[in-house]
Amino acid sequence: MNFILDYFNYWIFVVLLLIGFYAIITRDNLVKKLLGLSVFQAAVFLLFISAGKVDGGTAPIVLGGDWDAVFTNPLPQVLILTAIVVGISTLSLGLAIVVRIKEAYGSIDDVDAMARGGDLRPLIGRRPGVNGDTPSGNSSP
Amino acid sequence: MTGLLSGFILSLCVLVALGAMQARNLFTAVMLMGIFSLLVATEFLLLDAPDVALTEAAVGAGISTVLLLSALALTGEKEQSRPVHQGVATFVIVVTAILVVVATFEMPLLGDPSAPVQTHVAAEYIPMTRDLIDIPNIVTAVLASFRGYDTLGEVIVVLTAAIGVLFLIGPDAPDPRRGAAGSPRITEGLKHHQPLRIVGKAVIPFILLFALYVQFHGEYSPGGGFQAGALFAAAIILYGLLEGRPAAASIIPPRVLRMMAAIGALLYGGVGVVTLALGGNFLEYNVLASTQTTAQQIGIIVIEAGVGITVAGVLLAIYHAFAARGRA
Repeated sequence: MNFILDYFNYWIFVVLLLIGFYAIITRDNLVKKLLGLSVFQAAVFLLFISAGKVDGGTAPIVLGGDWDAVFTNPLPQVLILTAIVVGISTLSLGLAIVVRIKEAYGSIDDVDAMARGGDLRPLIGRRPGVNGDTPSGNSSP
Repeated sequence: MTGLLSGFILSLCVLVALGAMQARNLFTAVMLMGIFSLLVATEFLLLDAPDVALTEAAVGAGISTVLLLSALALTGEKEQSRPVHQGVATFVIVVTAILVVVATFEMPLLGDPSAPVQTHVAAEYIPMTRDLIDIPNIVTAVLASFRGYDTLGEVIVVLTAAIGVLFLIGPDAPDPRRGAAGSPRITEGLKHHQPLRIVGKAVIPFILLFALYVQFHGEYSPGGGFQAGALFAAAIILYGLLEGRPAAASIIPPRVLRMMAAIGALLYGGVGVVTLALGGNFLEYNVLASTQTTAQQIGIIVIEAGVGITVAGVLLAIYHAFAARGRA
């Protein structure tokens, strides 16, 4: 039982990592790939936070001036705390790119989008009316 | 007991993640990801990381769900099902699995106080926080002072991502659908759902208050600029969901948000320049006041404010960019 509990967090880390990885390589939908990346990322967060855990320790916040208590390692927590916020920023950048791909090619499926990708002009920042042609993708007047 | 609870939550995490990856409807997948984030946040709390749990709950379960849903409104929520290259993918996964599982047996046991991660630099941070900075939240001390360069870098990364998003889908980016009517769900919010509106609006002031508490009490309890910025953004986004995006934009116009994003980072970097001008090193807070601990605390409070302003500005600017796309 102890053997299982000692390693359980690491195994869950492995399973989550692989679930995310599998989704990234097998799913053609770009939003799904980003979700897979989020699961992968959460697995890494879990590994870091688990590594910082100390038996019998408490959260690294001093209560009542008791500096001699056993504290959980603050360093992984700092790294992951900032990584979470960076994670959402990169996720939104990825989503923004997906939105532009959808507008340019009419699909967020990378096989579909590539099939329609002979013409790269839609991706180049072209304002409606400047070149006289109508943008492909979803057309509305 | 905690071990069993933690094991239960982790097992749920795996099930929910599997469900999210299997779902062919992306709306379902995004909702499951929100639950997944909340479960992961609970696990962080059990692992004695309240600061991280707070951040994950606000960012993962709250804001990223909203951003994903706004993106789905633009891209469609059906995923095509298509035969995949099972053979190659399974081979890659199995090989990776074997490598990583073997590696986990080399890891120190969970909670081992003599693990390498506990005995090197990390062991120094706790007594150094006591002697040099004297604030109860050691995470904040490490984040804002000992590793202040790192955190400045992270803030710049967040700002850069927002600039990228605004270039791609911001108000000045090319938009083939500009002027289209747009989905009433996002423009008008949930105005016709009275119970949601009333309960939601009753909650918003408390979220804002909590955000400010987390910002200014971050040296004494779990919290800090990252969490406060995310919570503040969550409150405004909730208002936008209830009353429609234009209502949220009238509280803080997107132009102001873009300035906030830059000003926060500038404030952080500016502290570094001031310490240089006062004869110290970049971000060496000691020169800011006559006593060591006071100087450190001033530095930490100012840069945490910078972080909070940037994070709130960035997340809200990104929200407006997604929600306004094609509907301006």
